[in-house]
Amino acid sequence: MTGELGQLALCFALALSLVMALSGFLGAGTKAVSPAARGIVHGAAMGMLVFVALAFGTLTYAFVTSDFSIAVVANNSHTLKPLVYKISGVWGNHEGSMVLWVLVLSLYAGLVSALGRGGERLTSAALGVQGLLAAAFLLFILFTSNPFLRLDPAPFEGAGLNPLLQDPGLAMHPPMLYAGYVGLSASFSYAAAALIVGEDAQTIWARAARPFMLIAWIALTCGIALGSWWAYYELGWGGFWFWDPVENASLMPWLIATALLHSALATEKSGAFRTWSLLLAIGGFSMSLIGTFLVRSGVLSSVHAFASDPARGFFIMVLIFCAIGGALGLFAWRAPTLKGGAAFDTQSRETMLLLNNVFLVASCACVFVGTLYPLALDAFGGDKISVGPPYYAATFAPIFFALLLLEPLGPQLNWRRGDVKAALRTLMPALGLAAIAALSVLVIASPRFVTGAGAFAVAGWLIGASVIDLLKRKGARASAFAAALAHAGLGVTLMGVAGTTLWRSEALNVMGPGETMTVGPYTLRFDGVTQEQGPNYRASRAHLALMDGSQVKAVLTPEQRIYPAEGQDMADTAIRTNGFEDLYLALGDDRGNGRWTVRAYVSPLAPFIWLGGLVMALGGILSLWGRLRLKASLPAAAAQAAE
Amino acid sequence: MTPKKRRRLAFAAALIAAGGALAAGIIYELGQNTQYFRSPSDIATNKVAPGIAFHLGGLVEEKSLHHGAGADITFTVTDGKGTVPVEYNGVLPALFREGQGVVALGAMNAQGTFVATEVLAKHDEKYMPPEVVDALKRSGHWQEGGAPSPKSSGPNS
Repeated sequence: MTGELGQLALCFALALSLVMALSGFLGAGTKAVSPAARGIVHGAAMGMLVFVALAFGTLTYAFVTSDFSIAVVANNSHTLKPLVYKISGVWGNHEGSMVLWVLVLSLYAGLVSALGRGGERLTSAALGVQGLLAAAFLLFILFTSNPFLRLDPAPFEGAGLNPLLQDPGLAMHPPMLYAGYVGLSASFSYAAAALIVGEDAQTIWARAARPFMLIAWIALTCGIALGSWWAYYELGWGGFWFWDPVENASLMPWLIATALLHSALATEKSGAFRTWSLLLAIGGFSMSLIGTFLVRSGVLSSVHAFASDPARGFFIMVLIFCAIGGALGLFAWRAPTLKGGAAFDTQSRETMLLLNNVFLVASCACVFVGTLYPLALDAFGGDKISVGPPYYAATFAPIFFALLLLEPLGPQLNWRRGDVKAALRTLMPALGLAAIAALSVLVIASPRFVTGAGAFAVAGWLIGASVIDLLKRKGARASAFAAALAHAGLGVTLMGVAGTTLWRSEALNVMGPGETMTVGPYTLRFDGVTQEQGPNYRASRAHLALMDGSQVKAVLTPEQRIYPAEGQDMADTAIRTNGFEDLYLALGDDRGNGRWTVRAYVSPLAPFIWLGGLVMALGGILSLWGRLRLKASLPAAAAQAAE
Repeated sequence: MTPKKRRRLAFAAALIAAGGALAAGIIYELGQNTQYFRSPSDIATNKVAPGIAFHLGGLVEEKSLHHGAGADITFTVTDGKGTVPVEYNGVLPALFREGQGVVALGAMNAQGTFVATEVLAKHDEKYMPPEVVDALKRSGHWQEGGAPSPKSSGPNS
């Protein structure tokens, strides 16, 4: 019964999304019916949210109560699974994850409607675009990925969830990433709406869509950090980023969203880059859609590709073409009416933001080609190849490095006309910090790496400049700190990446009881393996004593787990951190006679990778908070911008 | 030409030059850093040069897995037509089994042995890497339904 309720709710949501699209576009005009249409569109947006939430709730209920008459539940859940993973199982499969996608889209539509930023007509047009997007995804769900399909007869027990996905980090990872992916749809809708409405909307939209850009960017930052952290502690390789196509699929929207945040700021503050910001808003959401296509269509084989159904891939591909083609068509149609951006001097903040955008888009292009080239080659019957990390180290890394090198100058230059020499004078202490960081790395660290010294110099440069920026803005609004915080976060992450990549030590031993091994400064004694019983798995748990002389300082317990319901096994790593360095243990295979392989890593500064991500996200949150507090003064500001 | 126009022209020229440099760099690096996928019969018929990294895929031959000193491991990869001996020093993925599909990254040495630097973990016992399926199909040793893709089978299987 509940399954049918959910399906009915999805059908109602589809109908309302169509109403939303129609009334939204009517409401964008200045005709006699427009005010009435605008009344309808808000109601339709809220109605859609209610029905999609109902469908999602119904599906969640089916998972929690283990209703195996629903195919998706039977294929992806199990009665013995802990409650939290029954709930996260809702989006741990293709059908449910698409319902989550539409739920997030509806939430954003609701938020666009509730905040009503940028005036009635702009909001109405943006909601119209959101309605079209929702309709397309609801059609996709109902025709190719219905989550409420029944099984007859219903099995007594479910097939379980991929154990890799049974993890607190990964339970939160998809909703976070979706909040980012789909959040870019709001910027996309506002950009399209600005093109539809025309006139002054072409500068107002950047201000109106700013909170949505920020939310999307914060969520993407957190989502990527969570995914990378999960890969680090779950996969047992000690790595934090593998340049896997699935990871790249989340990195590309982040790069474009970052470019958009900077470009739209210039559009809003000085009127520069008007057309470019519109294109970036379209490009950012396009990257989200392409990411969804890569991850969900099954062209990639990974934990994320839940099923390989050509119909789904084809549908998403058509959707991508319609969305991107439609938006670009709209852009081309409106291009003659678009006003050029305001002029600026060569030495100005705009120039720095321009360089920021050039580097970000170029680095995104590197990732894009590296990700899609093997797929394209395979699709056209060529060789099967893969593009490895060395490609990204040679292309992405130097471009991103150049971006970081120039970053501190931007905030020190004035809009329209700045003074680079004066900015460099202000930043002198940061340059000093950079030199100290580089020198101390060369003196202290062993082995010595010039790249390491360079990375720490840039990190010192970034963090030092952020501190100077903070001191200069003392007493200013909270949101003024946001940029400094986000940029400092980049420096922190850079230190973590450099430390882990360059100075990681590694040991691989086959150990019997009582034997010891050393890795970096640590000595470990192997005290054997015990068999443990988890709620839905059996584990071989190794006991490794961390020795301090003859004293046992701590016991680490990496595990190998077997999930009988799913017929899978996986490693569970043990990580001991002091905030500056991780000792990382993974249990390998049983070599007989109580001997097991044990892999150990010492990763200096590893926690900084994710700490930096957190600091960046915090910067975003601060900026968002400042923005929403300013909301009351928005109409006045918008009127001023329109003059 | 007004100064504004001249600036625009200079900007456009710089952008085109940068774009060209980027494209050239990407194409060059792609050529340097792509790893091909090879099956054992590919190696038998068209000798792969030693020292060039590639992905080797196939089935782990039954009873071919031997543990050496320390973490050393040897096994044989087959696709029914050819076999390649593999050396590896490391931890095997949890789902490594004789008779099952495997993908390894590494290079041939002068003795005709594949020295693996990485044996890829696949996360599902029913799962067969698509490259391996392809290789088995080409060598005529693929059995339909033998190894379906993840989650495509029914809940009772």
